[in-house]
Amino acid sequence: VDDVAGGAIRVMPVQEYLNQARQLQALSLTVHIPLVCFGIAFPSMVLFAEWRWLRTGDPLYREIARRWSKVMLTLFAVGVVTGTILSFELGILWPDFVGSFGSVFGLGFALEGFSFFLEAIFIGIYVYGWERLSPRAHLLSGLPIALAGVLGSTFVIAVNAWMNHPGGFHVRNGKAVDVHPWAALFGNSFLWHEIVHMYLAAYLVCGFLVSGWYAFCFLRGRFARYERAALAIPLAAAALVAPVQIVVGDWAARVVAEQQPVKLAAIEGLGHTTKGAPEHLLGWYEKGEVRYGIAIPDMLSLLAKHDPNATVAGLNVVPPRDRPPINVVRIAFQTMVGIGTLLAALAAFYLFVRVRTRRLPRSRWFYRALLAAGPLSFVALVCGWIVTEVGRQPWIVYGVMRTTQAVTSAHGIPVGYATLAVVYLGLALAVAWVLLRLSRTPLSEESAHAQ
Amino acid sequence: MLNELPLIFILIGIAAYAILAGADFGAGIWILLSRRAEQPIRDHARHAMGPVWEANHVWLIFVIVLCWTAYPTALASIASTLSVPLFLGVIGIVLRGTAYSLRSQVDSGALATRIERVLGLSSILTPFAFGAAAGAIASGRVPVGNAAGHSFSSWLSPSGLAIGVLSVATSWYLASVYLAADAQRVGDAALVQAFRARAVLSGVLAGALALGALVVVHQDARPIWDGLTSGWGPLALSASAVGGVATLALVRAARYEAARFAAALAVAAVIAGWAIAQSPDLLPGLTVEQAAAGHATIVALVIGVVVGLVVLAPSLALLFSLTLGGRFDPGPGAGHAGVRERPSASTSSARLWVAGGCLLAGTVLTVLLDSTLGVALGIACLLAFMTIAFAPLATAPQPGDDAGDPTPVP
Repeated sequence: VDDVAGGAIRVMPVQEYLNQARQLQALSLTVHIPLVCFGIAFPSMVLFAEWRWLRTGDPLYREIARRWSKVMLTLFAVGVVTGTILSFELGILWPDFVGSFGSVFGLGFALEGFSFFLEAIFIGIYVYGWERLSPRAHLLSGLPIALAGVLGSTFVIAVNAWMNHPGGFHVRNGKAVDVHPWAALFGNSFLWHEIVHMYLAAYLVCGFLVSGWYAFCFLRGRFARYERAALAIPLAAAALVAPVQIVVGDWAARVVAEQQPVKLAAIEGLGHTTKGAPEHLLGWYEKGEVRYGIAIPDMLSLLAKHDPNATVAGLNVVPPRDRPPINVVRIAFQTMVGIGTLLAALAAFYLFVRVRTRRLPRSRWFYRALLAAGPLSFVALVCGWIVTEVGRQPWIVYGVMRTTQAVTSAHGIPVGYATLAVVYLGLALAVAWVLLRLSRTPLSEESAHAQ
Repeated sequence: MLNELPLIFILIGIAAYAILAGADFGAGIWILLSRRAEQPIRDHARHAMGPVWEANHVWLIFVIVLCWTAYPTALASIASTLSVPLFLGVIGIVLRGTAYSLRSQVDSGALATRIERVLGLSSILTPFAFGAAAGAIASGRVPVGNAAGHSFSSWLSPSGLAIGVLSVATSWYLASVYLAADAQRVGDAALVQAFRARAVLSGVLAGALALGALVVVHQDARPIWDGLTSGWGPLALSASAVGGVATLALVRAARYEAARFAAALAVAAVIAGWAIAQSPDLLPGLTVEQAAAGHATIVALVIGVVVGLVVLAPSLALLFSLTLGGRFDPGPGAGHAGVRERPSASTSSARLWVAGGCLLAGTVLTVLLDSTLGVALGIACLLAFMTIAFAPLATAPQPGDDAGDPTPVP
């Protein structure tokens, strides 16, 4: 009885700036995540170009790989510092999350630390090793970069999957006990669709942003041998991935429907549990229903459960205090799906032209669309993460710990927020400037004259 | 014993960060302190860290992730009470990384000087902030709990300030020795002389500040002083003193490669001494045993670290042997061996048909089958589709090719 009374009297430390802490975390993740995309997808494109050089002896491909490797190093360096900010923020902003559950999920970050290390070592060797290692050894030194980019993000996604679908521990007196870290991170049924969906997203973002640059070159009237060859590589990746991402997205939504029904209800704005639930396009969620939207009867039940008459759980299955902010999640989801569909259409057009006519598209509109596809794919990526993370609220560890319980009691969050916002702005400008400078370096004699 | 093992890894990580990243920070300080006319000194300091700074930096990440996995309560208390110095340290890291990337794109001039100033100032901010945080922990000013200690007086305390300043000084001194060794390898006698004098100067200063810090610790953090003067403590202190004196002697004898290791020993011994003096407490009232995560977590972590080190150690050895062997020094490279021209294989349309089949099969399996196996097979087919179709599509048709692409330039 004493315990209960004590528990009831104990006042939770109140953080006045909880929302600012969340926004600061979201801002930091938004800045870091495009760099992760380049970490996952770009090394394989650079290595493909170098492999083409070794295979064909065409110096053009060496030039592409060499120039891209400088971009890769710049973005990696920025990723190192923004990633450092994230690792500090986790402890600084959410100390009780780390304090209570670090023993469960921390292993994922420890393993990620090693792959990050490997990446940092070999990226130094690769970029400084041009002309100093034999061509074969140089290509080999790039393989660990590609491998570590993929492995490292697997470990981080494993932590995120655990936060969404926690397991591998019990809670006693507010502490995690009986911890099985391997099972918690890698025996998680929520992990696989997140990994596949994110990897494909990384190829989309990286592929469309890089090919968008060469589309810009086309529109500016600079489209010679170098630009064509450099356009084809990222565009092939993005165009092949875009249609596949729709299929994988459907799979991901079905897993969410099964394991996080409240999140699905928020995504769809489904206020009440419904048999034969409709799918709404656009509109606004208000008072338990979607208004001003276009309803497609039975579609949600069909998509989520493969049965038009299936019952889909609504938001009413949990009390209001356990629901995420509906419209944020829903609009983010619709934006992601909308952009994803447009990207797939653009990809289908490109694949059709390439396969049928064996040449690159000639329409200026195609290149304008390609230029827009880069930023749009980044917007879709961020929206996807908003769906996952805002849709997880009010929980930091789904169903176990609330975000309010995890936040720091320290003061000064607005100061940190303002400072980092300025720092990120400066960082973005600096990166843009460095990349622009790199793009203006003239082509080497050898590859410029080889025809 | 098992519960202490991650702490040993953490201490190794802290030592590696203090030495390797410290030397990179110190190089930044030299860039700041050198006059405009001393451009070669600034360039040398900047080039020396080129291929290695990212790898050196990752030791910090290594330390943090081990901390929050193995000793979560301790990390939560430290991060929340010391949020200000840790945040400042990170800001310094961001500014330095950015300034470094920018500097390599700018020719010398007013803009370059301004960027170098940011590089230098941030190279002071970060070691100071992290050192002050260490001083706050050592002097027992970080109690257990969510932001239970004071946000400012914890690290702006005598111990915090003293250790902060000492961290800056040791970084500066390490850099002098390392840059002298690098200059010797490059074979630039003038630079060797310049950094030799700087190494002696900064070494004496760092030694004096270390003695000063001991006095502060005696007044302000009595338990640490007691730990340093009893048991194994004096051994660590004397190892550090021997390392420092040996560094000076080796620098005078122009044996810079050996001086690197002596200088590293002097710094590592201080960190070992701190650990010995504070043992068995991690924070006031929280021993290492009490702070440790459960058995399964510690075992998993130790396995993870050991496997990781098996991969990491040879990779690091490769990086440092290439860098210290002079392979990455500025100047013309050995040139790339010629690669034979080979006719490119024509892309077969059969390949694209197979890819299309994979796409269709993958879509059907993933969307329509409600079983794990179906989805797994489906995803495998989709991956096969992308892999098979990539190479032919990623090779652009060029105007001179057989396929003949007459796409006009607009």
